[in-house]
Amino acid sequence: MSLVDPVIELGRGLWRTLSSMFERTVTYQYPEHKRTVRPRFRGRHVLKRYDNGLEKCIGCSLCAAACPSDAIFVEASENTDEHRFSPGERYASTYEINMLRCIFCGYCEDACPTEAIVLGDNYEMSYYTRKDAIYTKDMLIEPVSSVNQTTPQKTPTGVFTRSVPEMKDAKD
Amino acid sequence: MDWVIWLIWIVKGFFLAMFLLVGFAYLTWYERRALARIQVRVGPNRAGPFGLLQPIADAVKLIFKEELTPAKAYKIVFFLAPIITMVPSIIIAAVIPWGPQEPQVKLFGYTISLYVADINVGVLYLMSIASIAVYGIVLAGWSSNSKYAMLGGLRSTAQMISYEITLGLAFVTVILLAGSMRMLDIVEAQRSWWFVVIQPVGAAVFLIAVLAEVNRAPFDMPEAEQELTAGYHAEYSGMKFALFFMAEYQKMIVVSAIAATVFFGGYLGPFVHRWPLLGPIYMLIKIIILLFGMIWVRATWPRVRYDRLMAFGWKVMLPLALAIVFITGFGILLAQELGDPIYLTVIPAASIVAGVIAVIMVNRALTRKRILSYEPR
Repeated sequence: MSLVDPVIELGRGLWRTLSSMFERTVTYQYPEHKRTVRPRFRGRHVLKRYDNGLEKCIGCSLCAAACPSDAIFVEASENTDEHRFSPGERYASTYEINMLRCIFCGYCEDACPTEAIVLGDNYEMSYYTRKDAIYTKDMLIEPVSSVNQTTPQKTPTGVFTRSVPEMKDAKD
Repeated sequence: MDWVIWLIWIVKGFFLAMFLLVGFAYLTWYERRALARIQVRVGPNRAGPFGLLQPIADAVKLIFKEELTPAKAYKIVFFLAPIITMVPSIIIAAVIPWGPQEPQVKLFGYTISLYVADINVGVLYLMSIASIAVYGIVLAGWSSNSKYAMLGGLRSTAQMISYEITLGLAFVTVILLAGSMRMLDIVEAQRSWWFVVIQPVGAAVFLIAVLAEVNRAPFDMPEAEQELTAGYHAEYSGMKFALFFMAEYQKMIVVSAIAATVFFGGYLGPFVHRWPLLGPIYMLIKIIILLFGMIWVRATWPRVRYDRLMAFGWKVMLPLALAIVFITGFGILLAQELGDPIYLTVIPAASIVAGVIAVIMVNRALTRKRILSYEPR
């Protein structure tokens, strides 16, 4: 019966499409159901804090130096024990990322000596104006869990002298 | 009394036109949902329940779109072409019967017949109106003054003329079997057996020719996006484009209705001669099933190459259609001469043999080409 093979092949094609009608759809109904992102997903940046609420960022600008698209702007100021934002001498008084320039390469994450800047899970960044694309420190910093952890903090003298903490090798 | 008849006609015509216009809108929804299901997607489901308001959103969008007329277009023809395409696709539906004549439908004391026009040459009317639509397409292609549109229009003309002959011959088998060109007689002749049973190859030829006639996949050559950037309506936008779109989908509905009428028993179904209003429901079910067939084919098979399309039309479909016309006539003559309708079984048997021979010939032709092109001798 190989002579009527074309008809059989056409029929097989039709059967394939018909049977696929009864498969489960692969669609995610996006705004209602969101996929969980992969562990190493590079989304919007987050500025991390230590457990006591102090900011990890020390305003060293290494992230800005590492940034290939020059999206990060950092301005540092001096910490005092009366008015402490982060351990060590300095903190980032201004921290801005232009999300229109950012290419989410994650080099800032790699460059950071204190693991302060991390690319998070949020990919829902949209804005109507260019100005809205510049994310400031308030928007990027991790929210605090309780009121007495907000920065600036009043800290005992001589405790937070070291800018860069001792840490294990980074994973993931 | 006379004006009431006019009123009935106008109301029926209005209902038919509205059915086609609304049916077009919901056919796009139906097609998108069905295609999506075949491709394991969901399809439009945001506007309203199950996306049922999607056609309305599309219509609003198309109405508010900017209408462009190319600077070097022939303006009058450019304006008229969508209308010439659109109008036949609506008026062609006039002769399709939606219910039986015998138990009359009474409404407000008046007898309502379930068709708009009862022409005794209904099939001829269908053929003639169907071929008018090609004018709109070729004029659209020509008046756009654009190469792609022109090529699309010419392809469409060549294709529609080629397949129209096959379509006409498929109609001839039906006329032979029914012994009449009147659509009502054709349907009533199918009370014992649908013509698809008596002439299955004729039905297959008809359905294939109809796909080519309404420019649907796999014969959607005139509007091949990849080759012709949408073909004859490349230069159209806004409501003018919507008219072409509308015409195509209305033609889909109408040819499904015609196919249902001439081969699949039309309004016939259980108890239709007791409650004639079941007729339109059966008709609608058959139309929806045939439309699904069109969508299914579009989702499955790739587009046929243009030279193969023409070769298939002239070298396979036309001889096959001629053969089945001959077989049908022969079978009817045999049954008449010998006085026993059992000899009508010659028709399906012989036409299936003819169909298999056609398939084998196509297969041999394609295989021979493959051998020639891949294996040097």
